[in-house]
Amino acid sequence: MPEQLVFAMEVFLNGLMAGVLYALVALGFVLIFKASGIFNYAQGVMALFSALTLVGIMEGQVPFSHIINAVFGTEIHHFGWHVPALLAILITMAVMVLFAWIVQRYIFRHLVGQEPIILFMATIGLAYFLEGVGDLMWGSEIKKLDVGLPQGINDWIDLTTYNIFDYGFFIDNLDIVATVIAALLVAALVIFSQYSKEGRAMRAVADDHQAALSVGVSLNFIWIMVWSVAGFVALVAGIMWGTKSGVQFSLSLIALKALPVLMLGGFTSIPGAIVGGLIIGVGEKLFEFAIGPMVGGATENWFAYVLALIFLVFRPQGLFGEKIIERV
Amino acid sequence: MLDNAEGYVTEDGRKIGGVVMEMKNITLRFGGVVAIKDISFDIRQGEIRAIIGPNGAGKSSMLNVISGFYVPQEGQVLFKGEPRPQMKPYEVAQQGIARTFQNIALFEGMTVLDNVMTGRLNKMNSGLLSQAIWKGKAEREEVENREKAENIIDFLEIQHIRKTPVARLPYGLKKRVELARALVSEPSILLLDEPMAGMNVEEKEDMSRFILDVNDEFGTTIALIEHDMGVVMDLSDRVVVMDYGKKIGDGTPNDIRNNQAVIDAYLGVAHD
Repeated sequence: MPEQLVFAMEVFLNGLMAGVLYALVALGFVLIFKASGIFNYAQGVMALFSALTLVGIMEGQVPFSHIINAVFGTEIHHFGWHVPALLAILITMAVMVLFAWIVQRYIFRHLVGQEPIILFMATIGLAYFLEGVGDLMWGSEIKKLDVGLPQGINDWIDLTTYNIFDYGFFIDNLDIVATVIAALLVAALVIFSQYSKEGRAMRAVADDHQAALSVGVSLNFIWIMVWSVAGFVALVAGIMWGTKSGVQFSLSLIALKALPVLMLGGFTSIPGAIVGGLIIGVGEKLFEFAIGPMVGGATENWFAYVLALIFLVFRPQGLFGEKIIERV
Repeated sequence: MLDNAEGYVTEDGRKIGGVVMEMKNITLRFGGVVAIKDISFDIRQGEIRAIIGPNGAGKSSMLNVISGFYVPQEGQVLFKGEPRPQMKPYEVAQQGIARTFQNIALFEGMTVLDNVMTGRLNKMNSGLLSQAIWKGKAEREEVENREKAENIIDFLEIQHIRKTPVARLPYGLKKRVELARALVSEPSILLLDEPMAGMNVEEKEDMSRFILDVNDEFGTTIALIEHDMGVVMDLSDRVVVMDYGKKIGDGTPNDIRNNQAVIDAYLGVAHD
């Protein structure tokens, strides 16, 4: 097999793995958008915030220690204990549910029936507010996150591919784990929304508020639930990205990559978010591999957006989005 | 006059029970506009009760008060003899008051069956964990709810479109699906907001038949709003007539036909 093709295959696989992470973030967007029509700009910051909280809890960091120390002149930073990863994840999840409740109770309950652009602006405000809160609570330095996920090159794949192609593929164990977890998460979400009572109620609210009320569904409860689920998805994404490249504030920028993913997949489709993420992941890696050297590289920065632009022109509802047909 | 506890027997021999819901001196305002002015009436167990009136008389507002979508400024709603505290629409629905809408509020993206199944949401009590492992209560409930849904679908003769997304259905069938969704929750009171609006004669006949059948078969108490006088007179046991937010008549269709105020409201009188 020609060498170039083997390289391309490796790039393709790595692209798939990167795409899974994009898809995870995009998934959080889709959930909230479907259920409440809110485009949640803060989804990426939620991933950052949940990862920060997780690290903080695991390390036994004192939240708001900077403020506490400044006000009381103390020098406390740590409680002096370490919380096991699983327990810390559960506590972080509880924090995200609390966050969902606060967001619903103090922001979006007052904005019911407002224009989408107003809701969108509210989420932008929320994003920067949450980023500030995360900074104040846990500090702004880059943190290492290790919840015990395997990391480093997968020797089996390396060896197997070496025997076949005379060239060992570099596939990170973490990427494989991320892929498996993302697949499980998506399966769980689909089953939840299709077959559970709460899922049915969620779809009902997404479809028609008035009708949902008339069959006895509390909009408020469903919205809190959806924000909680989005918080959970953000936490999973935060763990994956945090483990891969450290918990840092640039994490919130991955939210922007989710935009082209959504344009591709459609804003209302869970499978769309997944497929869109994979296409962007693979596309940008392959493009960089094939075309990058000719144009001086760094195509990964813009490839996704150009692809999204092309999609907007030819298929504005995305691959899986609901086609909007106006009857006249 | 009727006794509160005891019912009466209709002309066609159905027995009507005691008062299920009573509206007492309801007044509803939107800013300076008075939509409903000091109206009282009751709905009895097992009867078909109609609210009629010309456009803008406040009929839909009345229905929205009953179903909790509007909160009246004055007056009291008594449900099963108890004064009802201020409630959200979903809480009213959970109490067993189901409704349909004038402009149809269905879940357009779901199939007919899924739409009807949402009517059973409040009958599901099993926890998420139990649902996840699909054992015991969750399984029993799902089977039972599915059975109820299929029964209603059969009853309203919409089996052939069970799996069709609602968005693709014609208007008349959508109305029927909405009725099915309301009915499947086994409501104490079924509120129908213009069930025959925008239908052709054939569809109207079908719908009238279904309303009568539902009342007959399940003994469902029905309160409906309708424009079409002919239909109302044929269907209902007792009629409330509204005009400009006020009650101008209340009684059997025959009483209403001979009520001068009603005749004036519908035909118009010279004001001089």
